[in-house]
Amino acid sequence: MGRTARAGPMTRKQVHLAAHFPGVNNTTVWADPRSGSQIDFASFVDLARTAERGKFDFFFLAEGLRLRELKGRIHDLDVVGRPEALTVLSALAAVTDRLGLGGTVNATFNEPYELARRLSTLDHLSEGRAAWNVVTTSDAFTGENFRRGGFLDRADRYKRAAEFLRLARELWDSWQPDAIAADPETGTFVRPGGIGTVEHSGEHFTVQGRFTLPRSPQGRPVIIQAGDSGEGREFAAAHADVIFTPHGRLEDGQRFYADVKRRLGKYGREPHQLKIMPGVTFALGDTEEEAAENAAVIRRQQVGPQTAIAFLEQVWGRDMSAYDPEGSLPDVEPDLSEGVSQGRVPIKDRAATAAKWRALAEEKGLTIRELVIEVTGRQTFIGTPETVARLIDEHVQADAADGFILVPHLTPGGLDEFADRVVPLLQERGAFRADYTGTTLRDHLELA
Amino acid sequence: MTLHLAVALDAAGWHPAAWRESSPAVFSAGYWAALVAEAERGLLDFVTIEDALGPQSTLPDGFDDRTDQVRGRFDAVLLAARLAPLTTRIGLVPTATTTHTEPFHVAIGIATLDHVSGGRAGWRAQVSPRAAEARHFGRKEFPPLDQILNRPGGVDLSTDPHVRDLFAEAADAVEVARRLWDSWGDDAEIRDVATGRFIDRDKLHYIDFAGRFFSVKGPSITPRPPQGQPVVTALAHARLPYEFAAGGADVVYVTPHSAEQARAIVEEVRGLSGDVKIFADLLVFLGEDAARRKARLDELDGTELVSDAAIFTGTAGELADVLLEWRRAGIQGFRLRPGALPYDLTQIAQGLTAELRGRGAFRHAYEAATLRGLLGLPRPVSRFAEVS
Repeated sequence: MGRTARAGPMTRKQVHLAAHFPGVNNTTVWADPRSGSQIDFASFVDLARTAERGKFDFFFLAEGLRLRELKGRIHDLDVVGRPEALTVLSALAAVTDRLGLGGTVNATFNEPYELARRLSTLDHLSEGRAAWNVVTTSDAFTGENFRRGGFLDRADRYKRAAEFLRLARELWDSWQPDAIAADPETGTFVRPGGIGTVEHSGEHFTVQGRFTLPRSPQGRPVIIQAGDSGEGREFAAAHADVIFTPHGRLEDGQRFYADVKRRLGKYGREPHQLKIMPGVTFALGDTEEEAAENAAVIRRQQVGPQTAIAFLEQVWGRDMSAYDPEGSLPDVEPDLSEGVSQGRVPIKDRAATAAKWRALAEEKGLTIRELVIEVTGRQTFIGTPETVARLIDEHVQADAADGFILVPHLTPGGLDEFADRVVPLLQERGAFRADYTGTTLRDHLELA
Repeated sequence: MTLHLAVALDAAGWHPAAWRESSPAVFSAGYWAALVAEAERGLLDFVTIEDALGPQSTLPDGFDDRTDQVRGRFDAVLLAARLAPLTTRIGLVPTATTTHTEPFHVAIGIATLDHVSGGRAGWRAQVSPRAAEARHFGRKEFPPLDQILNRPGGVDLSTDPHVRDLFAEAADAVEVARRLWDSWGDDAEIRDVATGRFIDRDKLHYIDFAGRFFSVKGPSITPRPPQGQPVVTALAHARLPYEFAAGGADVVYVTPHSAEQARAIVEEVRGLSGDVKIFADLLVFLGEDAARRKARLDELDGTELVSDAAIFTGTAGELADVLLEWRRAGIQGFRLRPGALPYDLTQIAQGLTAELRGRGAFRHAYEAATLRGLLGLPRPVSRFAEVS
């Protein structure tokens, strides 16, 4: 049970956990007979209630404002179709009590006044459980769905996001904390001077006027940032409460952790004010062998034959549909003139990637499908519930992370086993709360 | 035949002093949940939720600095979504602007409300003509509305180029939303294991909308909502908004002040559309002491209540007489604006509905699971569906 290694619950660093709703992505296994709808509200309720039963910090929704394409046609192999994030989260506020509710909303295709207002509304309606994952895009492809259409230079993305956030804070702070008197005796609803005027004139936004909501329970929603570049890390150090990273491995995580926490001082912030939460997958089993077997089965489900070819096409930039996914990698050279995939994170340096993949396939004698399984995200935590609980705790105690955003591969039941079997072991280790001790997401994240 | 009944929810009611008698927690979800539960107990067709992208004001444009009235509102779409899981049959119709909110965002927000409510979503599409609200976005220069209102020749806004553009843009926004709702075939999700395809891409459609004000490529990111297309509604007082409503909406709220006016408006709207459902808005104070209650609130507010809609004071029985008389003039339903909440809502949901039921003019049970079903509107076939 590892009890000898256990420190007292008062001293042990606490693990933070969030649940990613497994909707649109290439890891959700839709062909599994247990796979349900990614759209029916019942699926969201199911997963959110599981996360709340497991005392998770928050529930997390991703976003994508245009359907992905491959070779000029809508990509048809992965789960696709999602609701509007904040609208679903608002509905979930009615069926949960403590769980934080975080949504990804693009700062490029929204206006600060309107989005600040929607986030404040969610914070009010959830009594202090709202979180915003700030993302930007430089993508004209997505822009085609929007009034302003255009896109931003990469360099301007974080500048716009930073100004967006500054302005949102001005709006959130513009009502005095005690602005609402609502005193029928004196007839004063709003205290004189309770609603301030916002005057903002910047590079990206010019906003003048008054906000429409009192300060929300958290003052401002929890700010999440996902992004790994130098600018992204700097933005997180300056503005974010949580950073969502791809660094789930111990040493890699430790390097990232040290780097980002070091940047906080520049902005007058303490290390505990930014929680580092890598997105991770997991596969469980009653024995290590069974867990490894389950992990392999999941990977084969995630990378079906057609999906393997589609991945190859993203890198090679050409039609590869004539090749056998269970056969070996063809000799054909990548066409680097133009990408064939849109609406996804672009693969950097496709020529180098192709060369690396080819070398790996030759070295290990992999088929196309085996290669794609090998090179696209592996599960982070594989093992018995005991092993996974120990690994999670070890990563957190070793400052490789403050916690994890779990990405299950099944909608909606993908978190059940984790909540029922791993969470109690984390609690037993004194590394995870037995129950919520506060009411707001800031309380859960120990940010207050 | 059942009359259609909706209530318009806003703050503490439509009298600006109403909060002083009930002192409601307008910034809590619980307050709204209790209101919509009462409306659902009364078997009303739907509730609307007012909204604007700026604080309330007694001025036509700009802030008035009054401290004795409710200021502040939730985003109506999110509030409606918060109420959806707490209700089972009543329609939820939030307001969202066609002027500042991206049509793509409105379309997926309302579609999502339809998904989370199991087919009970509507949208009150509203233009935002105010310069003060435009300054919250800083992208468009609007002339102050009071300058337009005070222009020689009266207040018919239909000829004002700024107002005409706002309605032309609103028509485009509704068209885009409807195309986006149709952009996923009802059976686009196929989960075909043999071919590895989750969706049939031939049942997803680019909408390729290109208009004067914006263009939208599509398809939606959100699958087709349960109602196919949620119910679009609009408030209209004059020819230009009648044209907008007749062209784009499923339900239009009009504001006659007498049965005679109702007949004239119905005739004008019917000249534009044979299909749109015509509801009349009425601001109501109900009960034996309705007139006294209103007078008391007028006194508290320091001025007599004025409204674009007719103001009714009287008993539920007297109101039923008016509604049935207006129905004979061609009005199919009513959107009642309670003067004070929760009092006048309770009078509507309990007293008025009982009165109408006694006269065979209102339902005894919800007869449909969707808002379209309640309103007798068919589920639209997608414009992209192949004719078989």
